[in-house]
Amino acid sequence: MRAFFSSRWTTLGFLALLMLVTPILAPSSFYLRVAAQVWVFSLAALGLTILTGYAGQISLGHAGFFGIGAYAVAIGPEKFGLHPLAALAAGPVIAGLVAYVVGRPILRLKGYYLAIATLGFGFIVALILQSEVAWTGGPDGMRVAKLALAGWKVSGAANWYWISAGFLLLGAYVALTLDASPTGRALRALHDSEVAAAGAGVDVARLKLTAFVLSSLFAATAGGLLGLMNNLVTPEIASFMHSVELIAMVIIGGLGSVIGAVLGAAFLILLPQVLTAFQDYDQAVLGFLIMVFMILLPDGIAPSLRKLFAERWP
Amino acid sequence: MSLLRVSDIGVSFGGVVAVAGVSFNAEAGEILSIIGPNGAGKTTLFNLVTGIYSASKGEVLLDNYPLGRLQPHELARRGMARTFQNLQIFFRMTAIENVMVGRHMAEKTGLLSDLLGLPGVARQNRASRAAALACLERVGLAEYADKPAAGLPYGVLKRLEIARALACEPKILLLDEPAAGCNPVETEALEHLIASIARDGTAVVLIEHDMKLVMKISDRVLVLAQGAVLAEGPPRAVRDNPKVIAAYLGDHGAKEADRAGR
Repeated sequence: MRAFFSSRWTTLGFLALLMLVTPILAPSSFYLRVAAQVWVFSLAALGLTILTGYAGQISLGHAGFFGIGAYAVAIGPEKFGLHPLAALAAGPVIAGLVAYVVGRPILRLKGYYLAIATLGFGFIVALILQSEVAWTGGPDGMRVAKLALAGWKVSGAANWYWISAGFLLLGAYVALTLDASPTGRALRALHDSEVAAAGAGVDVARLKLTAFVLSSLFAATAGGLLGLMNNLVTPEIASFMHSVELIAMVIIGGLGSVIGAVLGAAFLILLPQVLTAFQDYDQAVLGFLIMVFMILLPDGIAPSLRKLFAERWP
Repeated sequence: MSLLRVSDIGVSFGGVVAVAGVSFNAEAGEILSIIGPNGAGKTTLFNLVTGIYSASKGEVLLDNYPLGRLQPHELARRGMARTFQNLQIFFRMTAIENVMVGRHMAEKTGLLSDLLGLPGVARQNRASRAAALACLERVGLAEYADKPAAGLPYGVLKRLEIARALACEPKILLLDEPAAGCNPVETEALEHLIASIARDGTAVVLIEHDMKLVMKISDRVLVLAQGAVLAEGPPRAVRDNPKVIAAYLGDHGAKEADRAGR
């Protein structure tokens, strides 16, 4: 039973099943749009599963990479005449390069200090998106041209539901595969003890940078998808609030768990939709529920559920 | 030519001299014990040799290669492995995964294949697991292979660290108080283990407080006191050295011991 739960194919199968069942249970385009958002945010959160969950390095500026990906699909086609698909690919490339340059100096920092340094990075990206009006449209943001593939205009909730689901499945495969690989073991090793990892020959500095760049690729890809899906980007996408949301998703879902990142994203995207019933107090109720969840499931949703199943069916 | 040559190495922290110009050699297949009263600078010396602290003076040569500016992971790649006095276990992993990390340097798959799960990765994982299991068997922990490290008792974790270090296939192995917290049965098993590691041609340098163990297995003993070498030689000669006795028991105690010995 334990082998079944720890297999990556079980996780991927569960995720695929969830993706297949959702449109049957909730066929309206409104629900599909919300679900597509869950997939996109899950993809971004998966990057933090690698960086924070596996390698133990925090980033409070990850929405910066999200924003880079989103603005790539806006600016690329409009200012450089790029095909939207090329722009979707360019976002992660740019984000990866930025992560490489920014990561080298700041990943020397640890814990709180790394948190604050990444926070600073997020602010810089948000500020640039706000103020470079000629390029980014400033606070009003930019329209994003619709994605067209060989004459087929990709639009509508159902199309984007399946596209984002496909990307998430791919991302989940990569994250799960990495976890069970030599690199994944080394990442988890440096999370627990940097000296012991280095003592076993792990190049700790390089590996942290690798995790940081990888996580930026996930975030930027997700940002590009979100931009194309909404046909609109605003600087708000790179805001501090979104960075915190991404971290909250992986923690609520279960740090280091791939399915946890998805459950955490679902929690933080679906609940506000439900809580609109509380009108002015929806944010307060959301905050309260987050507290209750963390008290009851301190390991996060996925690990707590897994423990429950393991106790029941050992 | 000695495998490890440490010459006149020293460091001070905020004006306090922790290690003041220590020199020693270690040969392949030899067991060298470093002993000394608490605060003598033994662990600091280890941290200097393994590159965790950078020395303010002196030189360390491994196989004639100066280790001076190398990062800890580069030292590991040159064949130096160690265990830690305060355990450094990967607590979120199982026992065998801990040891598999020790195979990191032998693992050949690249980042891209690790991300995409190319066929080589499964093969590599199997190879690393087999090698790690052999190391666990060697330290007598095969039965714990798939247990989470977080739940294992202290004595087991000490041996787990040795298994992880062995997985690196080191030329020289530095053990920081391997017998601390072990019961007599465990200590005896440890004694055989350390002896067998040395027999295979690995240089073993250990810091240890268990004098019985030190006297039994060491080829040579180095005594540190106040950051400097107090005595060096075969176990018996060191044990009978009046300076060593004085360092451990104080001058008064040394006289007492002397009288009792007569």
